[in-house]
Amino acid sequence: MTELVSLKGIVKHFPGVLANDNVDFTLRRGEIHALLGENGAGKTTLMNILYGLYRPDSGEIYIEGRRIEISSPRDAIKLGVGMVHQNFKLIPSHTILENIILGLKEVGFIINYKKISEEIRKLAESYGWRINPNAYVWQLTAGEKQQVELLKLLYRDARILILDEPTSVLTLQECRILFQALKRMAREGKGIIFITHKLDEVFAISDRVTVMRKGRVVITKETSKTDMSELAQYMVGRPVLFSIQKERTQPSGEAIIIKNLKAFNDKGVLALKGVDLVVKKNEIVGVIGVTGNGQQELVEVIAGLRKAAEGSILIDGINIANSSPDRIIELGVAYIPPEPLKYSIAPNLTIVDNLFMKAYRYKPYSNGILINWKKIYKKADELIKNFQIISPSLSTKAKSLSGGNLQRLILARELSGLIGDKIPKLIVAAYPTKGLDIGATEFVHKTLIEYSRKGSGILFISEDIEEALMISDRVAVMHDGRIVGIFKPGEVDMEKIGLMMAGVQVVPAI
Amino acid sequence: MSIQWVEQVLQLTVQMGTVYLLASLGEIYAERSGVLNLGLEGMMIMGAATSFIFSIAYGHLPAIFIAAVVGALMGFILSILAVDMKLNQVIVGLALTLLGIGLSGFFTFPEIRKNILLKLNPSLPEEMLLTQQAEKLPEIPIPLFSNIPILGKMLFSHNVLVYFSLIFSILMWFILFKTRIGLTIRSVGENPSMADSLGVNVYMVRRATTIISGAFASLAGAYFFIGFHPFWREGVTAGRGFIALALVILATWSPLRAILGAYLFGGVETFQYRLQLFGLGAQSPYFLAMLPYIMTIITLIIISTESIKKKIGAPASLGIPYSREE
Repeated sequence: MTELVSLKGIVKHFPGVLANDNVDFTLRRGEIHALLGENGAGKTTLMNILYGLYRPDSGEIYIEGRRIEISSPRDAIKLGVGMVHQNFKLIPSHTILENIILGLKEVGFIINYKKISEEIRKLAESYGWRINPNAYVWQLTAGEKQQVELLKLLYRDARILILDEPTSVLTLQECRILFQALKRMAREGKGIIFITHKLDEVFAISDRVTVMRKGRVVITKETSKTDMSELAQYMVGRPVLFSIQKERTQPSGEAIIIKNLKAFNDKGVLALKGVDLVVKKNEIVGVIGVTGNGQQELVEVIAGLRKAAEGSILIDGINIANSSPDRIIELGVAYIPPEPLKYSIAPNLTIVDNLFMKAYRYKPYSNGILINWKKIYKKADELIKNFQIISPSLSTKAKSLSGGNLQRLILARELSGLIGDKIPKLIVAAYPTKGLDIGATEFVHKTLIEYSRKGSGILFISEDIEEALMISDRVAVMHDGRIVGIFKPGEVDMEKIGLMMAGVQVVPAI
Repeated sequence: MSIQWVEQVLQLTVQMGTVYLLASLGEIYAERSGVLNLGLEGMMIMGAATSFIFSIAYGHLPAIFIAAVVGALMGFILSILAVDMKLNQVIVGLALTLLGIGLSGFFTFPEIRKNILLKLNPSLPEEMLLTQQAEKLPEIPIPLFSNIPILGKMLFSHNVLVYFSLIFSILMWFILFKTRIGLTIRSVGENPSMADSLGVNVYMVRRATTIISGAFASLAGAYFFIGFHPFWREGVTAGRGFIALALVILATWSPLRAILGAYLFGGVETFQYRLQLFGLGAQSPYFLAMLPYIMTIITLIIISTESIKKKIGAPASLGIPYSREE
């Protein structure tokens, strides 16, 4: 076997974190090698080292048996290493061609647009992609942008391709096209490293798999000689259940009725183009779709953070569209925003401060002027216990909590009925498990299900289809600012879900 | 209004506009690569001061050359602060403007001028040591072309720096949009992390364009002084650097459109002065004096408002320092 890449004993510290702890990794010619691990396991750090973006503290890098130093992406590119980053590194206002040839000395001083355009078109066609090299990148779909990213590497004759979670913004159909092209590249003798945290992708595409956990390599194995539960166990460090036992309760009455809701996004473009959606009490409605199709705007309008341009949102018959957030909170809406650190936590305030950031204005924690800290601390102790928040003390700063503990803190604040000791009528949870480890994810799922049994209606936004199917009573698919279909889990197969995410109407939308 | 009058106004329009054109050419390169050089006014006035002193001491060509070097040095200082130290570009830019205006003020004192001039060239006669005036750059009419009615005066009867500015506008446009170097500069200004990932040395590109913008700003100052208005007084450039900043936006970061914009601004200014001769618009000098500061405020609003930036096609990472590791 020829080894294209061999990393030996790579160590990389970041302030306070050991991101890579003595990591060994090999890539063979013609193989697709999945690099699997949870967020923060050190996969991306390791690949950024191979790509020259980071310098390792110690360790050796061999390419085709030769010991080399890579101190910048320029070195890496010269050695035939190319990387597609998790977030597209493209310039929307430039053409495809301009994006591809950036930094290439070989194109000469004066750019010969005609000749290069023809070369790129041919290269793309050889992988079955049809693109116009003179089109602007802002005109492209996510799948096409991904192709441009790959063309950038292929045009440079990269032999070692690193793809960092390449499927996170793609529809299922776009994923399939990508996988076909990758397999073809592997057949041509290129080595491909496929970074992912999704188990099914490992089996869909890879020849070998390396699992990382907490900065270390746990195991490297032929993909055909392992299975999902074994890999999951390596990934998490303990056995994992893949399904949740969910007792279905009969939904009763509407928690929220959204009618023909329209709203603009930050750029002034209509992002919600008439959303109709009902969530009943005791019911979890999952909303899936490719990120950026209006999910964020939808939850913000419900929470009162964004103006509705048209339409109504009824809770108990009251239209809350364009009401202020505190009015909406008082009506019993709990909001778990995406990106807790940005939208939901004051990082330098203590855990208690953050826990009572909503309730401090209400009885019995305040008499209107003074805060009753005694009552607050007593209640806080109880919440810490109930929501299993692990922290040294109540007066620890919130920013020192891990992602999982932060999300538990937010759940405690939003759900525990601090205001009037009632459970929320409606819980809006936007990507509540994004970036969490499996343990914290399980906790979030259980908590949401528990509250749905108690009577809350739950609107659950997720980018993980399997997760949405697992915990929802009904699943709505969002595309281009509309709900394009609603179904019960099990009614519709993955193929059709993928079509809906691409905007094809397969099942009725109400 | 005779034809001579029209010819004269057009000729002055181009001559006035060249100040703005030279300064904006360099600024376009800096901003295209993502660096906002708000030190333009300071670099311009230092160019004027340098050309004043050195043209007396050594003559025109050395003065122009040294002015460009002084501007490049100021650009280099800005690049260390804004590119390498990643400081707020608005603040360090304005600091350099204040530095330039302050330093150039020294040359207003006859004693200081005399001492410097004697060090530079001990053989200078007494009256040259104290003069506030420099010799103007000679006009070089292009044979035949300069005889064309109207156009001849407008385009072909100027000093060397005017021709230089026109040639460089075209050249710099070609480089920016048709060559590899231009693509690199534009990409660094749009998405430096992408350029970095493709092996482009982002810091090097930004340093280079910042130095170029300094050199051109200073050249604009030198042109303004020895090519247009060779009488020294404190604050002689009177905020024209700020107008050039606004011109860059008006030209939507294109060296070719900058030519039109520069002559438009030059025309407005010339016209104001001409009208005053007829006794019209007596209040206009105050309006003109106010213009640079209004332009600066508008410029700052535009480049710090994300939505406006997007609408008018500003380089996406204009004003944002780049650092690789978070």
